[in-house]
Amino acid sequence: MARDYMKPKRHLFRRKHQLNRSMAGNASLFVFMGICAVFMALPLVMVINNAFKPLDELFKYPPTIIVRHPSTDNFNDLLTLMSNSWVPFARYILNTIIITGGGTLGHVIFASLAAYPLAKHDFPGKKFLFSIVVLSLMFSYQVTQIPNYLIISKLGINNTYFAVILPAFAYGLGLYLMKQFIEQIPDSLIESARLDGASEYKVWWTIIMPNVKPAWLTLAVLQFQSMWGNTGSTFLRDEQLKPLQYALQQIVNGGPARQGAGAVVTLIIAAVPITFFIICQSSIIETMTTSGMKE
Amino acid sequence: MKKMQSNTNQRNEWSLGNRIKRSKASYIMLAPYFILFFFFTVLPVLISVGLSFTSFNVLEPPKFILWDNYIRLFLDDDIFKIAIKNTLIFAVITGPISYFMCLLFAWIINEFKGKTRALLTLIFYAPSISGNAYVVWNLILSGDRYGFLNGFLLKISWINEAIMWMRIEKYILPMLIVVQLWLSLGTGFLTFIAGLQTVDKTLYEAGAVDGVKNRWQELWYITLPSMKPQLMFGAVMQITQAFAVADISIQLAGNPSVNYAGTTIVTHLLDYGSIRYEMGYASAIATLLFLMMVGANKLTQRVLRKVGN
Repeated sequence: MARDYMKPKRHLFRRKHQLNRSMAGNASLFVFMGICAVFMALPLVMVINNAFKPLDELFKYPPTIIVRHPSTDNFNDLLTLMSNSWVPFARYILNTIIITGGGTLGHVIFASLAAYPLAKHDFPGKKFLFSIVVLSLMFSYQVTQIPNYLIISKLGINNTYFAVILPAFAYGLGLYLMKQFIEQIPDSLIESARLDGASEYKVWWTIIMPNVKPAWLTLAVLQFQSMWGNTGSTFLRDEQLKPLQYALQQIVNGGPARQGAGAVVTLIIAAVPITFFIICQSSIIETMTTSGMKE
Repeated sequence: MKKMQSNTNQRNEWSLGNRIKRSKASYIMLAPYFILFFFFTVLPVLISVGLSFTSFNVLEPPKFILWDNYIRLFLDDDIFKIAIKNTLIFAVITGPISYFMCLLFAWIINEFKGKTRALLTLIFYAPSISGNAYVVWNLILSGDRYGFLNGFLLKISWINEAIMWMRIEKYILPMLIVVQLWLSLGTGFLTFIAGLQTVDKTLYEAGAVDGVKNRWQELWYITLPSMKPQLMFGAVMQITQAFAVADISIQLAGNPSVNYAGTTIVTHLLDYGSIRYEMGYASAIATLLFLMMVGANKLTQRVLRKVGN
């Protein structure tokens, strides 16, 4: 920073982000950010540490945040409990893969397929369709919970994977984000593909989809997260169909003796979507800088 | 005037049919999504409104009772009054605060680069995607001296004896608000981070020439107006979230909580919908919730449109 100060010209043209920034301002924002970051991170740090605490440390006074004698007892306990489960645990994992994988994939495809005409075509009813999608962002799923149950029963898909997956295909948020992203693709790109004789589906698949990679990665992150949190308890009655999330929570509900295993469960449930986000975050940033969509 | 209108109408009708025909490809692409969207979003809202005028317990067919549910809600249901009060307190506090937190943190994070920036984004965003990790607040807010907050406050002699945070009425709502804020840096936050990246950098240089002197002026005169679409969208996310608070209240304060201090419209809805099976009554609650959420959102949109104008 000192170097910048001595070379004001360079600071203007080569290090653009330093414009209008004072040292004192930077320092105070840095401290403020640090305090907030600690507050945000602390509970999750506790989640991680609790998973490695032996039982006596979990119930110790005064309570400690950081584990003193880390052990993998809790993980072993959880594995034992898992192997004793009535339905083989692999089945729960398979169910989760079907539900989160299917829900995420279907949503990304359906939403981006519908978002392309909404963003780039001109047809009667376009404004109306988009406005009801925007309206759907303005209320939460609890509003429609009861009728949804009735509809799913009427459609005869209760107690199947579809009861959880199909509604997820049509979440409003994904379509909205996708449409906003696709709008930024230059029309000239689409036009030139059309001149080459490409059908609209081909344009969608070969021009639109590769160009909105950041968008569908974002969609995948958001969708994965909401699918992962779904215990399916309302719709999936068969033990054979229930997802991992449900099985893990059943284990925790087994009583205070399972607090150790429960701590591991909380860690697993939190760690999976966070890991998924970490993986996608770097590629979102990467694609953001290399996609070159700005005209 | 009238004649002209009918003329244009005729022409429109003619071209409308044509335009629909020509747009066949568009409609086919829209169909898969919108058929499902109709069944799982549009229809449920309509059904919910319809059911709110009935008495319905799932086993027997719904019985039409006009406004009785609403009359009961507003005149006889004292808990609903508490629920509305709590939800409004929640929404009015966590809505705007979480919105500005999203914006402020995204803006500060935007000052950092590379790994630091990615790490900070992760730290702030992680709570909102950590599933039910908020149950760890049970340990923090635990009412005995084993609770982390009590332990800490006892140690620095701020308090003399452990406080039952989730059992004393006056602490329940404020504590739930803190937890909700911790959870609230979600989609809106990510949108702001992305939005800040797309602000045209040359605008900052042009602004500096025009007399923008510090980062605050830069934020107000350049950054915010250029990311207005994201600001509007973020507001929708935060407001909807602020009205829907329920899970953390149930997990941390219990359902029902002490003197209903943690009851919200959604917990009340869940109570009637999934415990008492009074679906007509629950639908009336859902319909009111729908109107409140959409109303608050529309109002905010109107205000935000004025940013930078």
